[in-house]
Amino acid sequence: MSRVLVGVKRVIDYAVKIRVKPDHSGVVTDGVKHSMNPFCEIAVEEAVKLKEKKFIKEVVAVSCGPTQVTETIRTALAMGCDRGIHVEVSGKDYEAMGPLQIAKIFAALAKKEEASLVILGKQAIDDDCNQTGQMTAALLDWPQGTFASEVTIDGEKVKVVREIDGGLETIKISMPAVLTADLRLNTPRYATLPNIMKAKKKKIANMKPADLGVDMVSRVEVLRVDEPPTRLAGVKVETVDDLVAKLKANGTI
Amino acid sequence: MLLGKVSLTPALCTALRISPAFSGIQKQIGAAATQNARLYASSQAAEAVLDKQAVGTTTATKAATAKKAQSVESQSFAVNMFKGQINPSQVFPFPSVMNEEQTQFLQELVPPVSKFFEEVNDPAKNDSLEKVEDSTMESLKEMGAFGLQVPQDLGGVGLTNTQYARLVEIVGQHDLGVGITLGAHQSIGFKGILLVGSPAQKEKYLPKLATGETLAAFCLTEPASGSDAASIKTLATLSPCGKHYILNGGKIWISNGGLAEIFTVFAKMPMMDEKTGQMKDKITAFIVERSFGGVTHGPPEKKMGIKASNTAEVYFENVPVPIENVLGEVGGGFKVAMAILNNGRFGMAAALSGTMKGVITQAVDHAANRVQFGSKIHTYGAIQEKLARMTMLQYVTESMAYMISGNMDSGSKDYHIEAAISKIFASTDILWLFPVVCIQGSGVERVMRDLRIFRIFEGTNDILRLFVALNGFQDAGKHLKSLQKALKNPLGNAGLLAGEITKRAKRTAGLSTGLTLQGSVHPELSHSGNLAVKAIEHFGVTVEDMLLKHGKNILHEQFVLKRVADSAIDLYAMVVVLSRASRSLSQGHASAQHEKILCETWCIEAYDRIMKNVKDLKSSSTTQVFKNMKAISAAVVENGGIVAPHPLGF
Repeated sequence: MSRVLVGVKRVIDYAVKIRVKPDHSGVVTDGVKHSMNPFCEIAVEEAVKLKEKKFIKEVVAVSCGPTQVTETIRTALAMGCDRGIHVEVSGKDYEAMGPLQIAKIFAALAKKEEASLVILGKQAIDDDCNQTGQMTAALLDWPQGTFASEVTIDGEKVKVVREIDGGLETIKISMPAVLTADLRLNTPRYATLPNIMKAKKKKIANMKPADLGVDMVSRVEVLRVDEPPTRLAGVKVETVDDLVAKLKANGTI
Repeated sequence: MLLGKVSLTPALCTALRISPAFSGIQKQIGAAATQNARLYASSQAAEAVLDKQAVGTTTATKAATAKKAQSVESQSFAVNMFKGQINPSQVFPFPSVMNEEQTQFLQELVPPVSKFFEEVNDPAKNDSLEKVEDSTMESLKEMGAFGLQVPQDLGGVGLTNTQYARLVEIVGQHDLGVGITLGAHQSIGFKGILLVGSPAQKEKYLPKLATGETLAAFCLTEPASGSDAASIKTLATLSPCGKHYILNGGKIWISNGGLAEIFTVFAKMPMMDEKTGQMKDKITAFIVERSFGGVTHGPPEKKMGIKASNTAEVYFENVPVPIENVLGEVGGGFKVAMAILNNGRFGMAAALSGTMKGVITQAVDHAANRVQFGSKIHTYGAIQEKLARMTMLQYVTESMAYMISGNMDSGSKDYHIEAAISKIFASTDILWLFPVVCIQGSGVERVMRDLRIFRIFEGTNDILRLFVALNGFQDAGKHLKSLQKALKNPLGNAGLLAGEITKRAKRTAGLSTGLTLQGSVHPELSHSGNLAVKAIEHFGVTVEDMLLKHGKNILHEQFVLKRVADSAIDLYAMVVVLSRASRSLSQGHASAQHEKILCETWCIEAYDRIMKNVKDLKSSSTTQVFKNMKAISAAVVENGGIVAPHPLGF
């Protein structure tokens, strides 16, 4: 019961106003503020808490992407992860990278690192895919506890309270397992300056997807990115009769 | 040109505009300074003057070595501009002093600190509670915010001045009350230990101060001693056993006074003057622990602004301070105090540049959305001028802060004039302009109240202006004196004299004397660069004129000193933005053209202000105005208030 892998994704900061590139191939990322995906922060926090409670010995933070993602790994280290792994992906491969490729990488790493748990955020705020955790579990043939709002280790099993449409569902799954963090799982700690300093001494290993035997070819092609249509102004009516008349007039009823 | 036999003819003296009697002036300034020692003793100028123009004091030997050091040309731009010279080494190019590791480290620190101040710290709550919330204080301690410049091996974050400035800017942007709590602790409270503490003192005190386990306070001011810091009365006497100093006295307006465990206290001690054999009061700095016993404090002062910061009176009653706790040299306390204040000054400009940034964002938001008379108000000229001025002022302040921090990090020891200038600039009346655009904005009202103190503490702006002017005069005076000396041995100094005569002849003829910023300033800014050069030339001439006109009495001509200081501030500001904008243009920043406009506009207006000051200082009507003001002041003082009877007759 020793090692946890945590995935952290570098995304455009939640407070930034997103703009679509003039050629509609994607959104503007150059010069735009980036930070760790909020759900990944929650995942890191949970992993570090498990380590503080002595359920696990080591937390490894993993991120896939170009050099800049090492900033995100370092933030995870400053929050308490022990070491990091940077899987280098850049250029076209990076642009085309999606949940399937990430899941393959994490599955390979989970086996290589002999992890007992893989903890991910439930989804990323840039693509909102909500697939990586599920795919990783499937590729590994491991149980999954997704949308976790509470995690408790019980011997060789994990009790997960999940947020589902109808309310809360509690399941018990065997380890090794994949968990994905939902909003209410915890409140991530602020990285303190002394911890950031300590993090500088922690190691970040480099590798390529090929080293893990993962092919990065994407089965998905993005055709076009557009902004959502601008909301048109509504019309105010004074009485219910007016409302009914208007609805009839524009063919709704 | 004129070599051969050069004798000290009256004609030559006129050409060089040096009065044959000038040699006396330097000594006289020194003598007057010693006589009126306490008049400006609080200003570093007097201390410097006293030091370097020692007239038979214990500092005589120090002065000799200081003089030797002074003979090495000062690299400070400000020092040289007073002589009408340009030394660009510290200002061009705009300093970029962090290596890759330091830059990367700083980039990692900024987001968590910003996030904390955006999401956790509640400035309104701190303001209404009149203290920093306990949970916030705890988080700040955990964050390491209390030991930013303490070396890492003693438990601090080990930041350079530039890195410190960047973080302090964030604090300034969000909560000046917290800013002062942090600053009173580390920027002045225990800075003395960092600067002049012995290794034993550092090891003993810094670790706990770095984590915030103990807080620090700087104790100089007393009820009767504010600007006149050398007049403090808190007394330290050696105990009979010789192992302790016994401290007695009271300090007021002490930030963190009610919270601190560790106090840097300044007290006077009677000491034997080696030269005269008489007892003289000298100030010594001490590290005093509350746990020594006898240290008490008063209730928190109710203030208009920075309410979250604790300000209290601190009393010392027979406090035994071990002799190991003397900070720096016995009798050298005044210098320690000035070194501490000097060292922390750039932090204020940095913090305030952050405050300005925050207020401007709110002002812009208001101006861009508020509609009156049918249009968004930012379309009106009156508002546009306000927004433009705010922007320029922030640009200048920010540029000064980081230029000075960069100079300090590069090892410059010669930054005191620039540091004083930056503090004056950042905190001057102009700040009142800021919130005017959006007084209804949330928190802006509080910022306005918080800003008032910045003109007063850490050296009032009035005193700092005198300091800037007097320091500048002193160096310029030395330059003139060296010319005087050269005149005594013209053959041996023919080159120097020839150069000076040529320069002055050109000046009189209205020609450029060859002073230039070409090569330093980006070609697109050459016009503004020329304005700066012209301003420096005129400024240098004015400084000389004032020295020749007033001689030793320049010390007392505060109307003159203020205008000289204001011109110096404007000049330094011009050069600082020229440097920054040049760098942006050279590096092809996206904002380069915008910065160019900021720079050019600033230079045009600053040039006009400087030239007006220069003109005023030469004009007889201004001299009359000074005389009149003096008379008006005397009349109302004598009358205890307004003199003119009411227009209604009752």
